[in-house]
Amino acid sequence: MFSFCADPKAIEGLSWLACYLSSAKHLAFYASFGTVLLLLFVTAPAALAFGFGGATAARSHHLLARILGKTYIAMVRGVPDIVYFMFFVIALDQGIEYTKSLMVCDGGEWPWQGLEFHVCKAAKVPLASSSPFWHEAYGFMLAVVTFAIVFGAFVANVLYGAMQAVPRAQLETAEAYGMNHAQVFRRVLVPQMWVYALPGLSNLWMILIKATPLLFLLSVEDIVYYARELGGSKTQAYEYPHGDWRLWYFLVLLVFYLVMTRASEGVLGRLAERLSKGQATAAGEAMRKAAA
Amino acid sequence: MTMTCLETIQAYGLRAVGIGENLLPKTDFTLCQQFTLIGSGMIWNLYFGTLALAFGFFLANAVAVAKAARNPWARKSAEWFIFVFRGSPLFIQFFIAYETLVLLPRSGIDILGITVQTAWLTKAWAGALFVLFLNTSAYAAEIFYGALRSIPKGDLEAADAYGISGWQRFRRIQWPTMLRLGWPAYTNEAIFMFHATTLVFFASFPAFRQMGDALYYANYFADKTFNPFIPYPIVGFYFILLTLLVTGLFGWVNRRLNRHLPQNTRAKIRLRLNLIR
Repeated sequence: MFSFCADPKAIEGLSWLACYLSSAKHLAFYASFGTVLLLLFVTAPAALAFGFGGATAARSHHLLARILGKTYIAMVRGVPDIVYFMFFVIALDQGIEYTKSLMVCDGGEWPWQGLEFHVCKAAKVPLASSSPFWHEAYGFMLAVVTFAIVFGAFVANVLYGAMQAVPRAQLETAEAYGMNHAQVFRRVLVPQMWVYALPGLSNLWMILIKATPLLFLLSVEDIVYYARELGGSKTQAYEYPHGDWRLWYFLVLLVFYLVMTRASEGVLGRLAERLSKGQATAAGEAMRKAAA
Repeated sequence: MTMTCLETIQAYGLRAVGIGENLLPKTDFTLCQQFTLIGSGMIWNLYFGTLALAFGFFLANAVAVAKAARNPWARKSAEWFIFVFRGSPLFIQFFIAYETLVLLPRSGIDILGITVQTAWLTKAWAGALFVLFLNTSAYAAEIFYGALRSIPKGDLEAADAYGISGWQRFRRIQWPTMLRLGWPAYTNEAIFMFHATTLVFFASFPAFRQMGDALYYANYFADKTFNPFIPYPIVGFYFILLTLLVTGLFGWVNRRLNRHLPQNTRAKIRLRLNLIR
């Protein structure tokens, strides 16, 4: 990156450190923090959407939708979610390839043969001839969907509870004004449920942040992957030889996560205050009195 | 040569702790083999969860009291301990602990002429247990601290009125009330803890001679058979059983803690979601 970095073995001290920290691999390491943030910002709305769907289904009037919604909510109880992470990544991948094989392969044979999962070449996702970018993008997409399914179930549980917590009288008043079910849901229930959902959702956001290192297990090249790669001891064959520095890299990750959780706490605290405005809760009442 | 299910159980029932057949199944992968080996892996989940909770309970009490203390040194250090362990992923904590423990000199440390061996610390049974112990202590300490702060004012005033103070007041009034108030949340933490034990062999601590936990074997089968639809549901089945067991045990303690109260004011344990951390 800098001109004096041409021969890293000839330099020492601070300039060595500057060159070391701006090597191509390190730039990829910094970019991988972006991967983690991207995962967070894609997964959070996706999980919210899944959760909203699940919670709405769980209190639906249709028996089948209600059963499906409640099963989805109950799914994540009692079983460690890492099991779901390990399961969904393979299951989704196989499901996608099997579905594609039904369309593009002739014969369409059952893919689980003996100890193999076998689909014809044209049904591979992504195709073996695709660029590495697509392989990585596909892996990341699988991870996002897996996170969204698992966290969606947690969100569904929180939102279901929040919908139940909205005072009955509010809904009855809306009905008395002649609103139909959809209108009551849209105009009264949904705007009011957030304040009840916020403590649960805040907690989930914190947990989502702390679950991001699992990307590494789903074989996405995230910060944990790079910390291990870069920190491992490098012999003289490398441009920047050094001993085992993994501990220092992990300490950087630790600080990153501590900053993330601390900052989130602050933002969510302020959000809770904003949402309490005008609500029929103790916090909302206190704000009303303070203003009056 | 196929084994009957009973033979499989004899061969692999205790495989996770190194007793029985050494070679893991390589060809047929029957349902019985999967149930047996994954079940044998549960021994490790039980080991980590039970011991971490048992030791962690005491440290959690101490840290909670320290966080509620007036002494700023005690308070600040307790706050930082809780912040670091609750604010960062357990996964990263495992990595850091492992990397630190590997840095210790291999030949052991000389303390006053006695050589203290260090190699065992990098093994999962000690190193991972230590991390889980600190982690659960931090989470439980926050729960107990919250409970300590919500002890009814009247209880403490009554203690003052009876002239009970200091250690007596803590042991006979504050501590039991704290436990009673914090117990439902602590039950969830215990379930949490057992779920967190599945991370041990996925985060840096290598499984010695393929002796791993339930998820380790499930992953082994999923890798070999390319079929995730059997081993992972089996892990799920075992963990649901474990969750029910923990809820039952902690529910029994909860009933004891609440036995002096009138029926309608007793704290009920509500099973909350168990999430990764």
